[in-house]
Amino acid sequence: MRAARTYPARRDDVRLLVVDVPAASVRESRTTRLPALLSRGDLLVLNDAATVPASLQGGTATGQAVEARLIAEDLERGAGHFWAVLFGAGDWRQRTEDRPPPPAVSPGDRLRFGQLDAEVVALSPLSSRLVALRFLNEPAGPDALWAALYREGRAVQYSYLAHELPLWAVQTVYAGRPWAFEMPSAGRPLSWEILLGLREQGVRWASLTHAAGLSSTGDGALDAALPLPERFEIPEATVAAIADAHRGGGRVIAVGTTVVRALEGRASAAADGVLRAGAGVTDLRIGPDHRRRVVDGILSGIHTSAETHFALLAAFAPLELLEAAQRTAESRDFTTHELGDAMLVLARRGPTG
Amino acid sequence: MTTMNETETRPAALVTGGSRGLGRAMGLELAGQGWPVVLVAREAGPLDQVVAEIRARGGRAHGIAADVADKDAVTAIVGRAAALVGTIDLLVNNASALGPVPLRLLLDTDCEDLERALQVNLVGPFRLTKAMAGPMVLRGRGTIVNISSDAAVEAYPRWGAYGASKAALDHLGRIWAAELEGTGVRVLTVDPGEMNTRMHADALPDADVRALADPARVARRIARLVEEGQGGGRVAVRIEDEETDGGAR
Repeated sequence: MRAARTYPARRDDVRLLVVDVPAASVRESRTTRLPALLSRGDLLVLNDAATVPASLQGGTATGQAVEARLIAEDLERGAGHFWAVLFGAGDWRQRTEDRPPPPAVSPGDRLRFGQLDAEVVALSPLSSRLVALRFLNEPAGPDALWAALYREGRAVQYSYLAHELPLWAVQTVYAGRPWAFEMPSAGRPLSWEILLGLREQGVRWASLTHAAGLSSTGDGALDAALPLPERFEIPEATVAAIADAHRGGGRVIAVGTTVVRALEGRASAAADGVLRAGAGVTDLRIGPDHRRRVVDGILSGIHTSAETHFALLAAFAPLELLEAAQRTAESRDFTTHELGDAMLVLARRGPTG
Repeated sequence: MTTMNETETRPAALVTGGSRGLGRAMGLELAGQGWPVVLVAREAGPLDQVVAEIRARGGRAHGIAADVADKDAVTAIVGRAAALVGTIDLLVNNASALGPVPLRLLLDTDCEDLERALQVNLVGPFRLTKAMAGPMVLRGRGTIVNISSDAAVEAYPRWGAYGASKAALDHLGRIWAAELEGTGVRVLTVDPGEMNTRMHADALPDADVRALADPARVARRIARLVEEGQGGGRVAVRIEDEETDGGAR
């Protein structure tokens, strides 16, 4: 399948592959038709994380080029600390697999990104390219750090795109707190026209915040470990809306894999498997054997069978149906990745139903 | 859990034009009432002073030095603000440009001065509202305050650039309100009346400042309109009306 190389003419009007598990059917629709595809009583759960400009170009103290892509806040070390993946010379225009490795760094080394300095604090056992960074902004504190990140950083993007993405182009229309290091792109095709249209239809929405990390690093060992543990926050109102939807026989549709991870990760971590509001970190990896407790469907992008996202879809639909969807997407030339077409998988209700 | 995002005690406010005049007064007033505030203004010096003043009084404040008329700055303003204070429930579009100073007849107004007034007074508030009202609608709560003027209604000679831009802002506010009806997000247009500010002095240097309202008192009234939480619409604040000011100091 082809990657979409640029934005669609209208953000909310792309092709939509509908995988209906109870009907065992795959059909083509459009995202503008979403209100007609969902039913009164269904609940759409959105990740309201805004996207941080997480790609920083700079160099080592000896002048060797390095790019750092932030992947998560380093919650253990606290304010000003992040985990980042390092790359050698080049930028998003090269495939990550083809990038030269970053210069070797050790704890204590300094990196400089424009006017922003950072210190390497630790290397991850997963890969020496995954490093804990401490930013040394002047003056210290969050005001100057966020000013520097938004001044020096660019949106993380990949070589299949035809042009540089401005920061506004990697935000959903409901983006709030900047927790995501890569766009939670399943929500990209949603406009207020669609969201308000859904509500008129009796479909409700609720939100959570999930710190989406990077989807690809080009480092085999590291890519195999993705997604890294990601933090999330689920409001009371969302837990209540989910309970309401299930009580009324509605489906809970996650917009994106980040929402699935937050909700299923939170519920799976509880001894009784019940979803509760609150903040946490999830390392849940979802595959065909995952027993869904909360989510009954997912709106996402189009993914190839090699991706971890595809494994996650197997928790919603039988493999044969996903393969049929895959063949349809290929034969009809659906486009992949964050600016591409979309897929809606409507599963059978989970055990909570 | 320690993160660089500060503890979110309560929803915050973002005020543009926050280094002087009514914007500064709104920042002080809201922070005094417990709102974490983010102030946006072009010049870092005066902005830092207001932030320091609020913090010295025990309030929570952050300053972002940026131009609301700069298209490329908007996403960063909103992102930085949310990183620092979390959920933002109140946007006050207060930053304003007069157009040509001294005020000129339209026939003598440079096109660039009109464009600048439209960028600051109309397009900037549109962009900020577009970026910030989305998460408000998602949560089902929030307030947008657009600071207008009686020059938006009356056709005062020499106030062409400013008056036309504020009239457009008023109408934009009406359409925002119509489209956001039922979402829990309201749009309030406030004509603050004539205040003793640098902008007023720029426009009318010979005015008798004793006849002008103290921006602090106007800010208190606007904060009350926000707190009252009733519907949107257009309100003209006139400070000589002592009774409704609730005992001015």
